[in-house]
Amino acid sequence: MINRERTFITFQVGLALAALLVGTLLGPFQALEHSKIDLYPLLKPLISNYYQGLTIHGVLNALVFTTLFIMGFHTFCTINGLNRRLKWFGLAATGLGFMVLGFILAGTTMFLNQATVLYTFYPPMKATPWFYIGLTSLIVGSWMIGWSQLATLAEWKKENPGVKTPLITMGCMVNTILWQLATLGIGIQMLVLVIPWALNLTPATDALLNRVLFWFTGHPLVYFWLLPAYVSWYSLLPRQVEGKLFSDPLARLSFWGFLIFSTPVGFHHQFADPGVPVVWKYIHALLTFLVVIPSFMTAFTVIASLERAGRKKGGTGLFGWISRLNWKNPSVSAQLLSGLIFFFGGIGGIINASGSLNLVIHNTTWVPGHFHLTVATATTLTFMGITFWLVPHLSRKNLKLPKIALASTWTWFIGMIFFSLGMHWLGLLGAPRRVPFSTASYDHPSWHLPQALTGIGGAILLVAATLYFISIFATILSKEKAAAPIEIPIAEAEIEPSHTPAWLDYWKPWIILAIILVIIGYGPILIQMFGNINAVSPGFKVW
Amino acid sequence: MEVNPYEKVWMGITITAIILMLIATVMAGFGLGVQLPGASQTVDPKKLSSEPPFNQPGVYEVAPGKYQVIMIAYTWAFNPNEVRIPAGSEVTFKITSRDVTHGMLLEGTNLNIMIIPGQISEITRRFDQPGTYLFVCHEYCGVGHQAMAGKVIVEP
Ligand code: HEM
Ligand SMILES: [Cu+2]
Ligand SMILES: [Cu+2]
Repeated sequence: MINRERTFITFQVGLALAALLVGTLLGPFQALEHSKIDLYPLLKPLISNYYQGLTIHGVLNALVFTTLFIMGFHTFCTINGLNRRLKWFGLAATGLGFMVLGFILAGTTMFLNQATVLYTFYPPMKATPWFYIGLTSLIVGSWMIGWSQLATLAEWKKENPGVKTPLITMGCMVNTILWQLATLGIGIQMLVLVIPWALNLTPATDALLNRVLFWFTGHPLVYFWLLPAYVSWYSLLPRQVEGKLFSDPLARLSFWGFLIFSTPVGFHHQFADPGVPVVWKYIHALLTFLVVIPSFMTAFTVIASLERAGRKKGGTGLFGWISRLNWKNPSVSAQLLSGLIFFFGGIGGIINASGSLNLVIHNTTWVPGHFHLTVATATTLTFMGITFWLVPHLSRKNLKLPKIALASTWTWFIGMIFFSLGMHWLGLLGAPRRVPFSTASYDHPSWHLPQALTGIGGAILLVAATLYFISIFATILSKEKAAAPIEIPIAEAEIEPSHTPAWLDYWKPWIILAIILVIIGYGPILIQMFGNINAVSPGFKVW
Repeated sequence: MEVNPYEKVWMGITITAIILMLIATVMAGFGLGVQLPGASQTVDPKKLSSEPPFNQPGVYEVAPGKYQVIMIAYTWAFNPNEVRIPAGSEVTFKITSRDVTHGMLLEGTNLNIMIIPGQISEITRRFDQPGTYLFVCHEYCGVGHQAMAGKVIVEP
């Protein structure tokens, strides 16, 4: 890889890990708080209350870490899959500049307690305009990096007619397109509604319309977080367990499925909202169920690839193959454990998506319990697994303290089981989310046991995060260069790309289909809501 | 396209499962009467104290066994924060917010709704079991969010 690109990717991954470091270390404080061990006095004067910390945790983890890491991973997969340099590099570098600016603005305003509005920032709660400008800058920067990657792909396609796009590039670029489409919601929200209002150019805003635009982006965001993990499970993991990808065409079909089904479904986050017609809630619930199809296809293909690898290495019986899967490699262990956790996350997700069950758990601790299985584990632990080879690859050093790295994956897994068990259970008992229980005006004896489980989980997760960063820092800081270049583990496919039908590599029809579905799913209701805009809310600073 | 026979079976199972889930959701929605809040009336939060019905929050008996609760959520309380009704009543809550977004979750039930400024949340539930039920604000609404709660007292 050329040095220019290597530096570019190193910046994105490095900044992402810095955001994860700060964001994640706040998690155990929150979890321990949930078991009524209040350690926040230790954080004064840096963090003055639970909600300020929670805002930082949500924004740095879910928005900054994920987006920066994914941009770096996409860049990596584009240039290494296509084996060429990044086109429009100046644009991509400018994009990174915008993202860094966004990181700094959002970070500073949150630490100064000027933006304690949580990562969902529902207006009419009002932060300093710099916070919104920061988040917008982060997103705009990611668009630019995406355009540069798409231009690279377009040029490659022109030069290689009839050749299938390599799968790692294809999966990442589908995700880039998904991101461009999905962030239209939050983009319009920020530029048309929030920033003018935060700058006092408009006197009042429409709280409901803000929520609709936020969740337009908010749901596909979940798939934006997941698809890079799927790219790794499909195209890299099989190689790391000395096997092959089971089927190239099915992998591609599932990526297209995610693109078309993931955006027009945001109302399932708003089942409990007044003002959204019930019909629309049901249309989106229906479309949400369709995302199950590519998800189950992914489960099949990934498990089949792993099973064949395990059997080839002598695993027998129904489950014997599992033990043959290079569990000693921390990158493999991270990804296998994420996959296992994701299985439970998926089941919970189906419950969230069905309107009537949703009413039982909406905005209870069940919800963070759920997404710590998905984004905070399936995605994050897989990304950690990727860094176990990517950081060595970028720094040209071997992974240091691999046993500690391995231990971090298992402690993360075990900690998350306790944590999410506690949070799901607590939610079923009716405990609301985003509440510091040690100072709440209410309590319930039945909550105490799940609260304790949550706290235990948080303590184990603190150990996991610490072990992870020890191994990563040891690698970065070590002086020894690796003897040989560190391999990028790209798997071959059993059913090869040459057997893949050509229509699975036609991009335009799928993109058009995705756009049409978004127009059907959101067009009429957005036109109606903008037409009858109910801008009656001035801003409130409530912290 | 080459598709493995097991994969075909698996896709069959997936599609059947989706159809069953859809039927279950629709049945729950229309057949069993689980209602989601839908299109609502709008209201100007600045005029709550001057215009009915929100200028007089409270619990009203509108017909025998039928009650209406006119409620305002604001930072950081509900008004009224105590709803007393006899067992067997059917209660319609009409709630709105005076400032930021709030929420309401009534313990042990599926009374779970967002309270968004500018919108009126309306939800009806029956209360048969006597007892005291806690309700809490479940959307972050500022530094007093954890203190925002009330109770429904169902009298025998
Ligand atoms: C050490 C591991 C972690 C622990 C112990 C932890 C714990 C928690 C807890 C207790 C909450 C608060 C729930 C509430 O008050 O409702 C929370 C919220 C959240 N966490 Fe984590 N977390 C961890 C890692 C992560 C990671 C890696 C991510 C994402 C990449 C993440 C994303 C979030 C988000 C988006 C929220 C919601 C914030 C909000 O409600 O505004 N967490 N976490
Ligand atoms: Cu509230
Ligand atoms: Cu609240």
